[in-house]
Amino acid sequence: MSLFKSLAVKPWERKGIIGGLRPEGAFDTSPEKVGLSYFLVIASVVFSLFMVSYVIRMELPDWQPLSEPGQLWANTLLLILSSVLFQWTRNIVSSDKPRNLMTAFFGAGLFAILFIAGQLMTWGNLQEGGFYLTSNPANAFYYLLTGLHAVHLLGGLWVWSKGAIRLLSGAEAKDLRLSVELCTLYWHFLLVVWLILFAFLANT
Amino acid sequence: MAYVPLADQDKEMEMHHPHSWVEKYVWSQDHKVIAIQYGSIAVFTGIIGLTLSVLFRLQLGFPESVDFIDPNFYYQAVTMHGMIMVVYFLTALFLGGFGNYMIPLMCGARDMVFPFMNMLSVWTFLLSVIILMASFFVGGGPTGAGWTLYPPQTAMEGTPGHDMGIVLMLISLAVFIVATTMGGLNYAVTVLQYRCRGLTMMRLPLTVWGIFVATILALFAFPALLVAAIMMLFDTLLGTSFFMPAVIEAGAPLDHNGGSPLLFQHLFWFFGHPEVYIVALPAFGLVSDVLSTHARKNIFGYRMMVWAIIAIGGLSFIVWAHHMYVSGMHPYFGFFFATTTLIIAVPTALKVYNWVLTLWEGDIRLNAPMYFAIGFIFTFIHGGLTGLFLGNVVIDLPLSDTYFVIAHFHMVMGVSPILVLFAAIYHWYPLMSGRMFHEGLAKAHFWLTFLGAYAIYLPMHYLGFLGVPRRYYQIGATDFIPASAQDLNASITIAAIFVAVAQLLFFVNIIWSLKYGKKAEKNPWGSASLEWQTPDLPPKHGNWGDELPTVYRWAYDYSVPGAHEDFIPQNTPETVEPTVDEEHFDPDQDASKADI
Repeated sequence: MSLFKSLAVKPWERKGIIGGLRPEGAFDTSPEKVGLSYFLVIASVVFSLFMVSYVIRMELPDWQPLSEPGQLWANTLLLILSSVLFQWTRNIVSSDKPRNLMTAFFGAGLFAILFIAGQLMTWGNLQEGGFYLTSNPANAFYYLLTGLHAVHLLGGLWVWSKGAIRLLSGAEAKDLRLSVELCTLYWHFLLVVWLILFAFLANT
Repeated sequence: MAYVPLADQDKEMEMHHPHSWVEKYVWSQDHKVIAIQYGSIAVFTGIIGLTLSVLFRLQLGFPESVDFIDPNFYYQAVTMHGMIMVVYFLTALFLGGFGNYMIPLMCGARDMVFPFMNMLSVWTFLLSVIILMASFFVGGGPTGAGWTLYPPQTAMEGTPGHDMGIVLMLISLAVFIVATTMGGLNYAVTVLQYRCRGLTMMRLPLTVWGIFVATILALFAFPALLVAAIMMLFDTLLGTSFFMPAVIEAGAPLDHNGGSPLLFQHLFWFFGHPEVYIVALPAFGLVSDVLSTHARKNIFGYRMMVWAIIAIGGLSFIVWAHHMYVSGMHPYFGFFFATTTLIIAVPTALKVYNWVLTLWEGDIRLNAPMYFAIGFIFTFIHGGLTGLFLGNVVIDLPLSDTYFVIAHFHMVMGVSPILVLFAAIYHWYPLMSGRMFHEGLAKAHFWLTFLGAYAIYLPMHYLGFLGVPRRYYQIGATDFIPASAQDLNASITIAAIFVAVAQLLFFVNIIWSLKYGKKAEKNPWGSASLEWQTPDLPPKHGNWGDELPTVYRWAYDYSVPGAHEDFIPQNTPETVEPTVDEEHFDPDQDASKADI
């Protein structure tokens, strides 16, 4: 039943059991995925508001645009690889005969760690070039946005590391299925956020 | 994965049954215990907020009569009072307290979807309160920048708590947002996924609707505060200039340059206005259920009430700049925000009409919860009408920053939701404790609070018309404010002390009744909603015994024509007993009544 139809029913007229075992209107998925989606909306709002603030602050006269480091292209590739490997992991745990699970799962985490290391290197290079946090609001936003994105990825890596420990302790693919599905969704989300941020930073 | 009711899963694994006292009452994952923990922390913080208000009222009523209330202390007390009451008291008590207690019970669930995260939420909330309270003990004390924390004032040396005070406040807010996010995630997913069999969204009591939509508002509003808090922390600690403009302080320029204080105001109020509704919507829901139960009538216009909750929630995001009419905005923006502000009054007024019409020809039982609920209708109409004044740019400009504003928002989002809180606590006290409270004491508490609140805030409207400015430590002598304004201020302070002391009646009542109150019989108010239909009173861990309930009807089947009793619980199947005397029941007439 559509949202509008649901809201238009007259509950005082409808008696009896409605919706069978599953409550009518509930999503046909696990509560964990609904919970993660809820969190992703919050994270999207946070990033959107930072970007709106960026645009407003950009209009003020002291703004000096920052030339984004070329290394960001390489970092972006690392994050794409991480996301692709997570998708592969997801396919593996969903299949009947899981193969290469270790390679895909640990590869996904490794590329994410390399992405964060790459982002830290851009910070170091910018510092060396005299582009400090306080010297211009454009710099401050660069550190803030990339840092915030990295913090989100670190949160994901914490969940990944719990899965890694379980995998090393001999857990089977089906035991990791939910965890991998959630991580994959989260990684794809962070990739999209990063692509938008990168395009945004590069074009302003 | 298809939905499986919790009762059908491995109960031992899912329910986290406590094995020790500590697991049961401290590290509890039971939503009811967590609700009480949330509520207790919020009330404790609220008492501190109340005490601070009495202290600064002493200064306003009887200037310089108390030695330690100097201008710095005054501003710190005002700031902490505002932030505590709005965020750490009202938001936490409505969402963390009532959200936790009511949602699983009203949804027919055993617990929240993520009980461990729920437990983390309450302890994170406690951490945020500890961080906030720590600011009283650091050098410079808590911030005194006003609860809106506007830059650049927050960071200026003349503002008390400009160093550690503001930092602790911002960190505390960020931690609070983490806590509410964990809680909100639970509330929303539980409402969406864990409703019991037969419980459609449109069969939910309005309490759940109010809390659910408030949670969705928090999803969009709190990030704005988080973003503002992070950028202000950067400005304060790391020397960036997101918000801080170039300022000359005591003849020397500060390190900041070019920041936009207006950007902070936009972010703050993009959070701040929906925050009003994050508090108000749960209150609307709770009061609807109290009114309907004690009027023995179905809530008037249930669907409109749901639509109004959703409409108010949506509109609350496009009215924020009515808090900023004096910030120098373009007149067209002012026009836009004045229009949206007036539009939001439409669904709000609709709710008020429906509450009044629920009472119309009801079999009203005038007990203590009903006193508070009806009292709320008075104060809310009062505060709502003054909101229409302030929503208009031309009227707001002269009244801005006067006591009229203080009177307005205290009536509409201070006194009103607090009256609902009392109504709700008295109403659900038998469910939570298994005991009845002392009715006479509760009614005395109502009259003292209700009349006392009017004695405080009604004169403030007049002070506002006189032009008495808010935020001033002392009015002093002016040409336009008569000396008698000070007499009014003194009377307000006396009333405030009176009301504050009167709250002792409430605490004495609920603590005394825990042990000596009459044992509550099952469903003492004859309520139709699900939370009263548990096998035990108060409900035990897991709420529903061996089997989850099944719902056959909405939550407002009161005084159904021909029914044997004047209420039919939601989980009563139609086939168990004839609920309607068919000889005297005309379905057409009944349906036409319901459509009115």
